[in-house]
Amino acid sequence: MTRDVLSPGVSRRVLLGAGVGGVLLVGLHLPTGGRSAAAQPGTPFNAFIRIDREGAVTLVMPQVEMGQGVYTSISMILAEELDADFARVRVEHAPPDEAHYTNPMLGVQATGNSNSIRGWWMPLRKAGAGTRAVLVQAAAQRWGVAPGACRTEAGQVIHPASDRRLGYGDLVGRAAALKVPSDPPLKTPGEFRLVGKPLKRLDTPEKVNGKTVYGIDVRPPGCRYATLMASPVKGGTVASVDDAEARLVPGVQQVVVLDDLVAVVGEHMWAAKRGLEALKITWNDGPNGQVDSAQVWAQIRKASAQEGVVARQRGDADKALAGGQVVTAEFEMPFLAHAAMEPMNCTALVTPGGCELWLGAQAITRVQSHVAQALGLPPAKVKINQHLLGGGFGRRLEADMAVKSARIAQKVDGPVKVVWTREEDIRQDIVRPVYHDRIWAKLSGDRIVAWKYRITGSAVIARWLPPGYQKGVDPDAVDSAVDIPYDVPDLRVEYVRDEPPGVSTGFWRGVGPNNNVFAIESFIDELAKKAGKDPVAFRRANLGKSPRLRAVLDLAAEQAGWGSPLPPRCGRGVATQVSFGSFIATVVEVEVDEDGDIHLKRANIAVDTGIAVNPDTIIAQLQGGLIFGLTAALYGEITLDKGRIQQSNFHDYRMLRIDQTPPIAVHLVKSGEPAGGIGEAGTTAAFASLRNAIYAATGKPLRRIPFNRELLAKGAGA
Amino acid sequence: MLQPRTLQINGEARTVTAPDDMPLLWVLRDILGLTGTKFGCGIAQCGACTVHVGGAAVRSCLLPVGAVGARPVTTIERVGETEAGARVQDAWLELEVVQCGYCQSGQIMSATALLNRIPKPDDADIDAAMAGNICRCGTYIRIRDAIKRAAARA
Repeated sequence: MTRDVLSPGVSRRVLLGAGVGGVLLVGLHLPTGGRSAAAQPGTPFNAFIRIDREGAVTLVMPQVEMGQGVYTSISMILAEELDADFARVRVEHAPPDEAHYTNPMLGVQATGNSNSIRGWWMPLRKAGAGTRAVLVQAAAQRWGVAPGACRTEAGQVIHPASDRRLGYGDLVGRAAALKVPSDPPLKTPGEFRLVGKPLKRLDTPEKVNGKTVYGIDVRPPGCRYATLMASPVKGGTVASVDDAEARLVPGVQQVVVLDDLVAVVGEHMWAAKRGLEALKITWNDGPNGQVDSAQVWAQIRKASAQEGVVARQRGDADKALAGGQVVTAEFEMPFLAHAAMEPMNCTALVTPGGCELWLGAQAITRVQSHVAQALGLPPAKVKINQHLLGGGFGRRLEADMAVKSARIAQKVDGPVKVVWTREEDIRQDIVRPVYHDRIWAKLSGDRIVAWKYRITGSAVIARWLPPGYQKGVDPDAVDSAVDIPYDVPDLRVEYVRDEPPGVSTGFWRGVGPNNNVFAIESFIDELAKKAGKDPVAFRRANLGKSPRLRAVLDLAAEQAGWGSPLPPRCGRGVATQVSFGSFIATVVEVEVDEDGDIHLKRANIAVDTGIAVNPDTIIAQLQGGLIFGLTAALYGEITLDKGRIQQSNFHDYRMLRIDQTPPIAVHLVKSGEPAGGIGEAGTTAAFASLRNAIYAATGKPLRRIPFNRELLAKGAGA
Repeated sequence: MLQPRTLQINGEARTVTAPDDMPLLWVLRDILGLTGTKFGCGIAQCGACTVHVGGAAVRSCLLPVGAVGARPVTTIERVGETEAGARVQDAWLELEVVQCGYCQSGQIMSATALLNRIPKPDDADIDAAMAGNICRCGTYIRIRDAIKRAAARA
């Protein structure tokens, strides 16, 4: 089944000429999907690079673009070693194909955990360099010269001695017959022409003029529009539906009732939405119908009182903690929704023996296999048209929106675009789990000598990627806990798995390290106070074995004016982290007014992320990531009552807005170390740096996200 | 039965058949195929659906099409043909504002309306005009800088 309704495979060139801001000529070759690289125009040299006879270079993206700039960074890596003309590269979504596009760090074809550049840095350099090698070889053969006597630049092979040059397009035929070496020589960092430069993103031009087609924007011919309500309680089912009034709504065409959801199909979203509102649905809530937040918290607090599975042990922490003064504290993080700006959606067409989907997915093969299973089809019969994502944040690592849409489409004649209302998007989120952490530590002077840290929470990985769950430890939940950067001789890190009732739990930007770094770095400030030390000085004293982290700590402190006087009820807070392979120190400055309201004044982030592929993207990701985390620290909490998520839209699930956003300066440390991850890291940095700023401003040691203003009002108890 | 109505969209007369209470957003997206204007919340809380009606920034998710009348509607697809809109888009590209991009149609429409109203906005003007537009990627810092850049080019 091939339906070229969106002209897959047909190039849509974006010509900006010598346009603004140094943007020359960029090409997004979108969308494709569903076809193998070999079926596309141009000669494939591997799964990532095709070159046609005009010299046009098409790069296939093994990671998805959800705003983090990865299409540009990955293109830079490939084009760097290929010596392509970057102004002429075209970018294409990879189809579902685990054999070629599995992320080397994740072990699946998915985009998450800041693994894109970390995982693909070497394989893509080799793919680019190998392709370059056969192009050079082809030119050398044609000229009768040694390959070593040739060089490459901007899509051409050059033989300087004879001043001859050939474009890559002229060499494609001959080069295609040669074997691409798997381990070609790579450039030294000193030879990089693209990597390390703040290049313009390839996807921006179509995002400022409305031309980008997100999943929610597709309109296959004959497309109908639907919106849905699924059981508001996890595991619930439809008891009865009275659709008499819905059928009277102009434009309503069909009411689809499945076991666990009801959808209304219409001429447009407005008809579908009004039709859904006119339905009278009753639900069988099932076993989760009485779950509330109090039950969730009681359960996890109880679980957290038990000893956990050891995730890391060094020395004997229990022995070291016996006797003497032990400092201890407990920290909590709530359920969170993702609230990507593009609400969940998927367009689906089910035909006898097949299914075609249009959506933006972080894990395209997961979507394919889950839909195939739901429809009883072989995965190869599920064709997926991948789109740019209007935000992912972990929510689009799931396949639920595709499965629900495909199940609805089974009942509909022709393609149907199923769009979640914002209310449905939030109420049916696969939420970031609640966590309850306990830390015990002992000091000797200004040194931490014993450390025991118990993390309690859902094992998301056990559901999402079962082989990743080994020996009772969720590696994500303890990710930034097992390798704390502080020099502690006796250390024990434990994990207690506690699956909360009434919700499904999933990954959320910043993932496990959000919780770890919040607890650890908040606690470090409390230890510093116990030791009578300044928070920066205390960290320095305990970071003897982590020079990269100490360097960014010093830089952030200097840039933030650490130690200079501030007005009353103002404070600076610092947090450090080694997460996703990046070393980061963040200083946030706040004012807490007498009502307890928190005003963000400024932030400074110092980062050593190793080789910075596109420094401009790194700055943007750290700023945006920090804002994502600050939003949750100030406002984020999903609560349950009678098994139902109580929040529904941006009025009761608040976002930080421009008028509350402080200046955020990002300071990059030049580094030749391997590239670290960055998309998640800014979010992780937010919680403890803000918490410690509030601690400095008010003396109140907050231990729970979101921060409770009532505790901060002037005169409020400790 | 519903009567066809004529709207002035991006300088063209477009005839559509839609109920009076249907928000302009869905007329644009689902009837006219102008999908650059985005659905974000449906309750005028996020600004993703911002368009210009009679030159003012409005949230099309709550504006009934019956209330539009003869006033001209401009959307992200054609705002670049206006002087201020082009300046804003250029500044957005120069400062590389965009991340996922989904909210940016609305951001650009709000920013353009601001510059048409206040050619040299200060920070408080920017806060007031832009606080209704949520960006989940957190591009606010560059949005502020880009508005100032665009204003400086006037």
